[in-house]
Amino acid sequence: MWQAVLGLGGLGMAASLSLVFASKKFAVEVDPKVQAILEFLPGANCGGCGFPGCSAMAEAMAKGSAPITGCPVGGSDAVKRIAEILGVEAGTRDAVVARVLCMGGCKSAVEKSRYHGISDCRAATMISGGSKACGYGCLGFGTCERACPFDAITMSPDGLPVINEDKCTSCGNCVAACPKHIIKLLPVNKKVTVCCSSHDKGAVVKKKCSVGCIGCSLCQKACPFDAIEMDRFLARIIPEKCRQCGLCVGKCPTHVIEDQLKGLRPVALIHEACNGCAECVKVCPVAAIQGQPGQLHVVDPAKCVGCRACADICPIHVIEMQPKTGKTAVKV
Amino acid sequence: MTDLLLLIISAVLVNNFVLARFLGICPFLGVSKKVETALGMGMAVIFVITVSSVVTFLVQKYLLSPLGIGYLQTIAFILIIAALVQFVEMVVQKTSPALYKALGIYLPLISTNCAVLGVAILNVQKEFSFVEATVFGFAASVGFTLALVLFSGIRERVALARVPDLFKGTPISLITAGLLSLAFMGFAGLVK
Repeated sequence: MWQAVLGLGGLGMAASLSLVFASKKFAVEVDPKVQAILEFLPGANCGGCGFPGCSAMAEAMAKGSAPITGCPVGGSDAVKRIAEILGVEAGTRDAVVARVLCMGGCKSAVEKSRYHGISDCRAATMISGGSKACGYGCLGFGTCERACPFDAITMSPDGLPVINEDKCTSCGNCVAACPKHIIKLLPVNKKVTVCCSSHDKGAVVKKKCSVGCIGCSLCQKACPFDAIEMDRFLARIIPEKCRQCGLCVGKCPTHVIEDQLKGLRPVALIHEACNGCAECVKVCPVAAIQGQPGQLHVVDPAKCVGCRACADICPIHVIEMQPKTGKTAVKV
Repeated sequence: MTDLLLLIISAVLVNNFVLARFLGICPFLGVSKKVETALGMGMAVIFVITVSSVVTFLVQKYLLSPLGIGYLQTIAFILIIAALVQFVEMVVQKTSPALYKALGIYLPLISTNCAVLGVAILNVQKEFSFVEATVFGFAASVGFTLALVLFSGIRERVALARVPDLFKGTPISLITAGLLSLAFMGFAGLVK
């Protein structure tokens, strides 16, 4: 009897003492947000969310890599509380929208094999990266379409996803679902996009796809604002620098730069208060502004690309951007 | 040496903890949605089982047996394992954040797992020596990890397949687990 009491009691005592010691000695500070979220998660560590436990899920939620609705057990109450904890940040993000960075549909991209397996991009990717010759391109099985909870994605007859930007809430489900990582969240107010993700060399791209970026860097040279960078044979437009003049669009030999502003660009108009300082003439990338020094300057609407460079530089603010006549203007 | 090798093969393949002994089914079904998490879980299990089989062996030999309280084995082992896991978790979290990122999050999941307790009790039942007990613990947990990773690989693909509505979710997972168990039965008789 006494052996049992002593033995087990001693064991328990030793265990608890060592735990107390460890908790004091090895205390680690954790992100308070993770701790706060953890309080509203069920704490059953069931793994139903796909993460190894509640604390891993809480960490992912705090980082934003997991949806706050991801816990199947917690219910709507937990979601509400977690949204409150994280809600402050959600509102301050810039408006973005999902864009598909590939134009290689059935007609343009070469197939290297025939695929008859499960009709899902993730499954197709597992078999030597999919049936398309281009390893970067869209496979067209509509995994993103099914991942979208807002019906914002439809598959075109050419086998490419088309995103309805009005419906897109930038939830990022499609971004996570695409095994090729060609859907990106980009600023909604930047309408000129390089729609290709291939880092192959130009000659290789040409063999595989008729609408791929061949890395010729003509667009980079055409850009007056230094807004295009080349990353391993792929052009990328830097949204912060891009003024959407569209000069790169025409230069692209494979027509891989998508221009949603085509025909909708605003035109600069100089008011009569212009003092002829000629600052605008210097910055205009297309030489669309003419006039004698000290006199009223005039913009040639046919040449103007609507980049706003002149309006931004004008010291007396007499240049206004106006929608092109006869067309509906878009907000830029 | 041959004995130890046979012990390893037996524990990993023939008497696989999950697929032949049906121990540790909970994490087997719970943490097998992604290969990545399955691998992390498996590593944590290997770590915990190996350490706990060492500690429980020592406790059995130098505390429970001398005091003649072998009948309290189960309670004592549960106590030790739970405390040990908690202790290790705290130490790892402080000393090695990288290791904690990889393993730590899985540790609370296995603190009172029946596979861990199963190894400890089997070590006593089979009257293993210290080395044998350690090797058996390690091999058994490697077998667990093998089963978990294989299963999660299959589940990752099944998740993409068009499964009949009736079978969606848990049923198809259990059927898959059953088939995997069936496959492992092929090893039966390899080692006595």
